[in-house]
Amino acid sequence: MRIPTSYFLVVSAILFALGTVGVLVRRNPLLMFMSVELMWNAVNLTLAAFARQFSGMGGQVFIFLVVTVAAAEVAIGLAIIVSIFRHREIVDVDQISTMKG
Amino acid sequence: MEVMFWLAAAAAVLLGLGVILARQPVHAAIALVGVFLSLGVLFLLLHLQFLGIVEVLVYAGAIMVLFLFVITLLTSGRQPLEERRETDLPAQLSSGVGLVALLLALLVYGLVGKGALGVPPHVAYPQYGDLIPFGAALFTQYLFPFELTALVLLVAAIGVILLGRERRSGG
Repeated sequence: MRIPTSYFLVVSAILFALGTVGVLVRRNPLLMFMSVELMWNAVNLTLAAFARQFSGMGGQVFIFLVVTVAAAEVAIGLAIIVSIFRHREIVDVDQISTMKG
Repeated sequence: MEVMFWLAAAAAVLLGLGVILARQPVHAAIALVGVFLSLGVLFLLLHLQFLGIVEVLVYAGAIMVLFLFVITLLTSGRQPLEERRETDLPAQLSSGVGLVALLLALLVYGLVGKGALGVPPHVAYPQYGDLIPFGAALFTQYLFPFELTALVLLVAAIGVILLGRERRSGG
């Protein structure tokens, strides 16, 4: 109750930045996906902090919807990665460059 | 209560660093589970009872299990480590550090420059974050987005089944 909202925002910003750096630095598709998950959770923390600040029910419902959509996206993303892995083992996403212009 | 916040925040940040720096995918997955647990604690500190549990149940309990299944079934323990292109590493790290600095600068400007740092937290009513008001809102005022997420999950399930089919050699 006594923890200011800005503290949560700082933690969320650090986690979001870590996730972004992870997406940029990592080249294994599964690890990139995990960094994207980290970014989602940072945004969830921001939503939660502001929902408490303004006592909004919309903020809580938004968090719930973000979790649901993230779950659906993880399922589809992993299915895509699995279907690519069937042909050859990917450790570097730069190997999948068929669509490169 | 403050001690819990500092512990959970430090754990979240350190485990987040572990996610992006781990050499083995399984280590990164375990670190990410730790991040979700720390975030569950932070949600509970924000009085969000149901959403804290949902975060741990759905993220750590379902999504990470899916990740670990894919990691272990696909790589079968013989995961070769990522090679790091040494020529790109300074550019990657400097861009990452630049992004962190930009985000924190914006945050500091917004908080300190606009005087929002000392705004006291505000919980309007005692039942904030409880399950019953949340459920009441979800099934009355926000019923349409809720049904849309059901549709999203259905589409995801159909998509996973289609993507998981064995490819005929003509595909």
